[in-house]
Amino acid sequence: MNLGINIAGVELKNPIMTASGTFGSGREYEPYVDMNKIGCVVVKGVANVPWMGNPAPRIVETYGGMINAVGLQNPGVEVFIEEDIPFLRQFDTKIAVNLAGRTIEEYVAVASRLATADVDFLELNISCPNIKEGGVAFGIDANMAMKVTEAVKKVAKQPLIVKLSPNVTDITEIARAVEAGGADAVSLINTLIGSRIDIHKRQFILSTKHGGLSGPAIKPVAIRMVYQVASTIGLPIIGMGGIMTGEDAIEFMMAGATGIAVGTANLLDPCATMKILDEMLIFMQNKGIENINDIVGIVN
Amino acid sequence: MCQTSYKSKINCKIIKNVHLVDQVYEMVLDCPSIAMEASAGQFVNLYCHHKGRLLPRPISICEIDREQGRIHLVYAILGDGTAEFASYVEGEQIEVLGPFGNGFKFAPDYEEDVLIIGGGVGTPPLVQLAKELKGKKTIVVGFRSNPYLIERLEKYGKVFVTTDDGSTGFKGHVVALLEEKGLLGNIYACGPTPMLKGVKAYANKNNLKAQLSLEERMGCGFGGCVGCVTKVVAETELGYVYKKVCKDGPVFDAKEVVF
Repeated sequence: MNLGINIAGVELKNPIMTASGTFGSGREYEPYVDMNKIGCVVVKGVANVPWMGNPAPRIVETYGGMINAVGLQNPGVEVFIEEDIPFLRQFDTKIAVNLAGRTIEEYVAVASRLATADVDFLELNISCPNIKEGGVAFGIDANMAMKVTEAVKKVAKQPLIVKLSPNVTDITEIARAVEAGGADAVSLINTLIGSRIDIHKRQFILSTKHGGLSGPAIKPVAIRMVYQVASTIGLPIIGMGGIMTGEDAIEFMMAGATGIAVGTANLLDPCATMKILDEMLIFMQNKGIENINDIVGIVN
Repeated sequence: MCQTSYKSKINCKIIKNVHLVDQVYEMVLDCPSIAMEASAGQFVNLYCHHKGRLLPRPISICEIDREQGRIHLVYAILGDGTAEFASYVEGEQIEVLGPFGNGFKFAPDYEEDVLIIGGGVGTPPLVQLAKELKGKKTIVVGFRSNPYLIERLEKYGKVFVTTDDGSTGFKGHVVALLEEKGLLGNIYACGPTPMLKGVKAYANKNNLKAQLSLEERMGCGFGGCVGCVTKVVAETELGYVYKKVCKDGPVFDAKEVVF
């Protein structure tokens, strides 16, 4: 059976990727996961300088999901280059770096710094709901999404994935804009903005009031959006949003995703990527699917 | 499945799951590998059977029985997940991952006088700690009303109990009792944040070393999500950085914790 996929000219041994912010830079998962079996590790958001992140509480559970307000805490691109790239290069997997920024200049700065770094993809994060300025502001306005994509593409030496926000009226409009801006691929969906209130204390649970909802609760929204975007643009899609099983991953691929990213499931079970890979293989075997690429967008 | 050389969740048999007092329960699990690895002050992730409750519940280890390959967990019903655990019966299975976190630090032959301080649901991990520490142990534990685990702690040292309502022992909080009795020694504490804040101030005032076990809402329990952070002293503009309670803690030196 062939599980290999190609995203913007980069060959991945299988469609399994990790959703940024749920896998760190892999270190926490090394005791649980054979990293050589992951198609591509998408690391936690990296900015040009260290970011503090938000105060606690940052996490709350919801029915079938969770809301986070981590706020892109990261030690900055220099630490990432020095410590995380050599760590990940011990394994036979591709590396995608999620780029965090508040302004076009900050996104450009981190992409430029990574120009000479040994990584396989850049993923432009214009959809994080947990930072006050920038971030999602670029992801919900088509014109700004195009501008930031163009600016980063100019300095990027690796294929550029743009991660889309679901918190928009029409996601296809943003997808078209980043395609026009020169994106090589898109990933979707980022988290949905949500909130929870402690009714005993009469206050929001998260320090930031609202955060990003993820987990199986959001999967139907993600499937719909992947299908819509796949029907609109020609770029390869990395689908994500509540993938818990191999069957979920297959569903995303049938909706039009070439790659799939496992996110919240990693936090609920550090072995999740391995289980999902095994389940995908079993599905292919049972259905007589020889090449995983044959099912991409097959629902069309 | 994870390969055998990789760690994964373990299905453990519940040997016992009994009510102690009020909303507090004790669960004994058969899990030899975790019992072998665990140390005082660490915790394990318990996973709910209910599919809508995704996140693990981090529960501190109360006692480690290495001989029988068991761990004792004493937990309070604080939400729907712990309420579900309380409904489990003997012989049922539960998924467990761990042990996690940096426990209390001490040398095996450590013999200095120690002061063990607990508050409410912060009391359980102190039982294993009291069992392992040598030397003279003074134990101060505070509760809202009904105390628990007192008899077990009494096996290892002199125990002072405080209650908010004065129904048992000293009326008031643990720091007030520390002040009144003028208790001294190297401090090991676990409890709610306001108590730990008071303990840190007491340690500072009396020039005592102190280790504090912190609590925060956790996501994964093993450092993956960066959800459960606490402020730790650092040479930054603000004077602190956020560290993960699950992975960098839960036990921190009182000097590095910023309340």
